[in-house]
Amino acid sequence: MSMVDEALLRTLTPAVIGVLGRRGADFAAAEDAVQEALVEALRAWPDDPPRDPKGWLVTVAWRKFLDAARADASRRDREMRVEEEPPPGPGRAVDDTLQLYFLCAHPSLTPASAVALTLRAVGGLTTRQIAQAYLVPEATMAQRISRAKRTVSSVRFDQAGDLATVLRVLYLVFNEGYGGDVDLAAEAIRLTRRLAALTDEPEVAGLLALMLLHHARRASRTGPGGRLVPLAEQDRSRWDTGLIAEGVTILQAALARDRLGEYQAQAAIAALHADAQAACETDWVQIVEWYDELLRLTGSPVVRLNRAVAVGEADGPRAGLAALAEVSPGLPRYAAARAYLLERAGDLEQAAELYAEASRAAASVPERDHLTREAARVRQMLRP
Amino acid sequence: MAKYLLLKHYRGAPAPVNDVPMDQWTPEEISAHMQFMQDFAARLEASGEFVDGQALSPEGTFVRYDGEGRPPVTDGPFAETKDLIAGWMIVDVDTYERALELAGELSAAPGAGGKPIHEWLEVRPLLTAPPTITE
Repeated sequence: MSMVDEALLRTLTPAVIGVLGRRGADFAAAEDAVQEALVEALRAWPDDPPRDPKGWLVTVAWRKFLDAARADASRRDREMRVEEEPPPGPGRAVDDTLQLYFLCAHPSLTPASAVALTLRAVGGLTTRQIAQAYLVPEATMAQRISRAKRTVSSVRFDQAGDLATVLRVLYLVFNEGYGGDVDLAAEAIRLTRRLAALTDEPEVAGLLALMLLHHARRASRTGPGGRLVPLAEQDRSRWDTGLIAEGVTILQAALARDRLGEYQAQAAIAALHADAQAACETDWVQIVEWYDELLRLTGSPVVRLNRAVAVGEADGPRAGLAALAEVSPGLPRYAAARAYLLERAGDLEQAAELYAEASRAAASVPERDHLTREAARVRQMLRP
Repeated sequence: MAKYLLLKHYRGAPAPVNDVPMDQWTPEEISAHMQFMQDFAARLEASGEFVDGQALSPEGTFVRYDGEGRPPVTDGPFAETKDLIAGWMIVDVDTYERALELAGELSAAPGAGGKPIHEWLEVRPLLTAPPTITE
C-alpha cells in the first residue's frame, strides 16, 4: 500500500476545477465535485494508485458533477446542457488557476471565508483538514465555505481580479497558521510560489521572499515545550540558509524593478535580519530606513511601533522611547515594546511592571508565557 | 464516560496555599510550571481522557441586550472584585472520582520555590444528551 501523494493532489486541484468550468460547470458545482473527487482519491489511491492522476480526478469529478446535476430535478435544464459537453469556449485571457485565486479572494468575502475558500479550491485541501487547521468543527467550516461560494456565485469567472486581496489572503494563511496535520505556512508558500509563476508583479515576489525569509527561521523560533525564542536569542546556525538565499535572490530581482510595495519592504527588513551572523551585527540603521519606507507606504500604527523598537536599537533606548511616544498606548504589544526599551534604558522597576502588564494583554499563550518570564527575569535582577 | 470541566480562576476562587503572583517567581520556576501543565495534558491525551484545554485573556466585558434598536449595554473591564476565569480543561473520564483525582494533580502544579501551588480548581460535570434507553 502506497501513501497518497497529497502534494500532487493539491497541485492538480485548480486545474481540474478549470477543466470542469470549461465543460460548462459553474464554479460552485465544479468546486464541490472536485472536493468529492479529492476525498475519494484519499480513500482509493493508497490501494489503487492511478497511472494518470489528473485524468482520474477529472473523470471522477466530472461523474460527481453529473450525479449532482441529475439528482437535482430543478436543474434539469443545466443537465441537458452539460450532457452535451460543449467544446471549450474561446480562449481565456487569463489562466484558470489565476482566476481561481482572484475568485477565492474576492473583495466581497470576509478574510476568514476567503482563506477557507482559497485553501479548498486553490490549495486542494479537504474541508476536514482546513477545519482541523483552524480549530473549528468540520460542519462549521463546511458552512463557511458554502456561504463563501454563494457570495461569489455572481462573480464573472473571466475577469481579472484584485491582486492585493489575493496577497492579503496568502499572508493571512502564512501568518495565522495554527495546527492540525497540514503545515499552513508551507501551504501558503506553495500557493504564493505558484502565484508568482503566474503573474509578473513585484509585490507577489516580495510576499514570497518575505515568507521564505521567515520560514527559514522557523526551527529556531520555538524552544522546548513550544516556548517562544525572540529573534536576538535565536540559534542562528539553525536558520535555513538555502531558504534565505532563495528569498534574498527573489527580493533583489523584485526591488530591481523599482516598484516598491509593503511586502517588498517587509521582506527587506527580514533579509537584513537574516544577513546578520549574530544579533549584535544587525544593521539597525538600514532597518530603520526600511521602516520609514514601510510607514510611508502603509501609515500603519503597528509599523510605527516596530519602527520605534528598531530606532531603540539603532540610536539607543532613549531615542526608541521618544519614537514610541508617537504611538498610541492602546496598540497591542505597546506595553511589551515599552518594557523592552525601558529595561535597556536601565529603568528595571517600570520595565518589570510593564512586562507583567503586557503578559496580561498577550493574545497567545506562548507570548503570554514569554512576557511573564521576562517580568520575572527583570524582577530577579531587582532583588538584592 | 462522563465529561467534566476543570475550571481555573484568576480571581474569585479561595486563595491557594502557595500564593505568590507569577511575575514574582523566577523564570526557571515559571518554565517548570508551564512544563508541568503541558506534561499533564499530554498524559491525559495518552490515556484517552483529554477533550479540550483553553486559556483565556484576563480582559473581559459583560454585555446585555438593551432593547430594540439600541446598542447593547456593556459593563467592564471587570472590577477587581469580580470572579474571573483563567482557563479550563475538559476531561472525559469513567468516574467522578477520577475527575477529582485529576483536578487534585493539576492543583499540585509547581509555583514559587518549586513547591505545589495548591490552588483551588472548580470541577463541574457537563450536562449530556439524554440516553437512548431511559426505562
